[in-house]
Amino acid sequence: MNEYNFAYLDEHTKRVIRRSLLKAVSIPGYQVPFPGREMPMPYGWGTGGIQVTASVIGKDDCLKVIDQGADDTTNAVSIRNFFKRVCGIRTTEKTDETSIIQTRHRIPETALKAGQILVYQVPIPEPLRFIEPRETETRTMHALQEYGVMHLKLYEDIAQFGHISTAYAYPVIVNGRYIMDPSPIPKFDNPKMHRMPALQLFGAGREKRIYAVPPYTDVVSLDFEDHPFDIQQWDESCALCGSEVSFLDEIITDNDGIRLHLCSDSEYCATRVGASQ
Amino acid sequence: MYVAVKGGEQAITAAHKRLAEKRRGSLDEKPLTIKQIRQQLPYAVDRVMIEGSLYDPQLAALAIKQAAGDLIEAIFLLRAFRTTLERFCDSQPLDTGKMHVERRISAAFKDVPGGQVLGPTFDYTHRLLDFSLLDEEKQTGCDNESDQKEAVKTEPESLELGIEHDLHDFPHVLKSMTAEGLIENQVSEQQQANFDITQQPMQFPVDRSTRLQALARGDEGFLLALGYSTQRGYGRTHPFAGEIRIGQVDLVIEPEELGFQIEIGEITLSECEMINQFKGTKEIKPMFTRGYGLAFGHSERKAMSMALIDRALRGKEFNEDFDSPAQDEEFVLSHADSVESVGFVSHLKLPHYVDFQSELELIRKIRKEQNEKAEAKVESAA
Repeated sequence: MNEYNFAYLDEHTKRVIRRSLLKAVSIPGYQVPFPGREMPMPYGWGTGGIQVTASVIGKDDCLKVIDQGADDTTNAVSIRNFFKRVCGIRTTEKTDETSIIQTRHRIPETALKAGQILVYQVPIPEPLRFIEPRETETRTMHALQEYGVMHLKLYEDIAQFGHISTAYAYPVIVNGRYIMDPSPIPKFDNPKMHRMPALQLFGAGREKRIYAVPPYTDVVSLDFEDHPFDIQQWDESCALCGSEVSFLDEIITDNDGIRLHLCSDSEYCATRVGASQ
Repeated sequence: MYVAVKGGEQAITAAHKRLAEKRRGSLDEKPLTIKQIRQQLPYAVDRVMIEGSLYDPQLAALAIKQAAGDLIEAIFLLRAFRTTLERFCDSQPLDTGKMHVERRISAAFKDVPGGQVLGPTFDYTHRLLDFSLLDEEKQTGCDNESDQKEAVKTEPESLELGIEHDLHDFPHVLKSMTAEGLIENQVSEQQQANFDITQQPMQFPVDRSTRLQALARGDEGFLLALGYSTQRGYGRTHPFAGEIRIGQVDLVIEPEELGFQIEIGEITLSECEMINQFKGTKEIKPMFTRGYGLAFGHSERKAMSMALIDRALRGKEFNEDFDSPAQDEEFVLSHADSVESVGFVSHLKLPHYVDFQSELELIRKIRKEQNEKAEAKVESAA
């Protein structure tokens, strides 16, 4: 593969993206516009995350890619193969051995360490988008910290359903300043973002926005005193590794609707199964 | 079972193999050549070039072949290639007034200096299937020969209409109206470099040159529908096709280190200038305003749609009522790019197990609680 530069993007573009990343890290939770490029995968399939990864990855890095928590889902396989091809770098499934993890919709169950980078793929970076579709409006709302509408939306949920009806992409406040969309991770994963030792980078390719949470930064999920934030719980445990604390996928195994629960984080599950044998 | 749910590497490889077979079709047929696509599907090539934002008929034809005729996919292929190219120079502004005209019409004036030139157009054809094309190969034995014969045949007709051979340096139709002050003068006073949407992220509100860039690479179908909506009353602009011209324009660059201009080739363009009405104010006399469209190749429909929308998006400049989608810059420009919209729509095919699981858990919880409440009510009533 000599036709393309290391990590696909040309060096000038990488530099531009790294500058945006530096700004994003300096203003935690703030959405930095960046000149996103077309990538050889479709928008919505992780182009933002891929551009961020391509801009920070070096020859000595080791990359892990997950989708829905798993290393072997088709899109994770495809992105991992892409970086293998354009970088020739090492890849792994081991969460604790990797330097960069690109993820869609999950944070690994294994706690991340200082020095690691978690790159999120983001479809809609603007947490206020579904309340106010206009960029010109939401930009002002962020500038003035005009976040009442977001609390109002959560309140209306409680009034209507008795619960906040946001189960994923649950809004957070970063460093006490910006409301941020954590990408469509289940709210189960939100607490893992709080004071995480690893650097968290978010890339939205189609919307051309980058944002970041530096290591050890406060990330608080929005809630009310009488309706505190809570996370998903299951009565079942993982059918393979027996974990009672991980996020479980529900799998229908036959036509009678018999269900099985399995860890969504395939590496966490496999490691536990391996250790018990 | 577990493996089946999570898919994997083998599945992707097998899918790619099936796609390659699908693209190639029956091996009894000769493979389509790039030359054939360039020669015989020129409108497809032009559409892929303009929406792919790269003037390269050869690569556009390759993209069409590789995409098995799926033009939106071909546009994506070309765009993903284009984005990796080094940008070494900005061209000088194109002078479409010096176009070597193949086609040039005005619907606003019966006759215009230089005359109306129909050129190659589907206009006035009867849309009757030409069944003789079903086995064209057998009839002529050689494609090239018949094409050339037809070309020769059409030439005398154009001579009969009194059209000169050297069709260039036609002044724009709207130029004479500008001199009279009947239409807004649109000589760019802008001295600084244009905002480039491929190098900088668009941030609303944007200027007109940025809008035109975004419209130029916008999806033809989307622009056509929006342009059409302005004609049906959703942001009316009273348009007249002032001039549509198609032809070749010289491309000139002036490298900084050389300091003189070099002609590096020519490109085919379709240009549309709409004339639109404007009521005027106490200070400004009523005059016509403009909508502008420009596209690579023979892309007249695209250029016209673009011109309609360009004018609709200028509503604020003229204090026009603002209530229609085509007038809404954020709405139009955020959704015009097919690479962006196709990507996001198609991403729904990616697994969303985790998000769905989260919602499932929540809905079950709410339903359970409501059931319990209802039961408690029944009990307390009893």
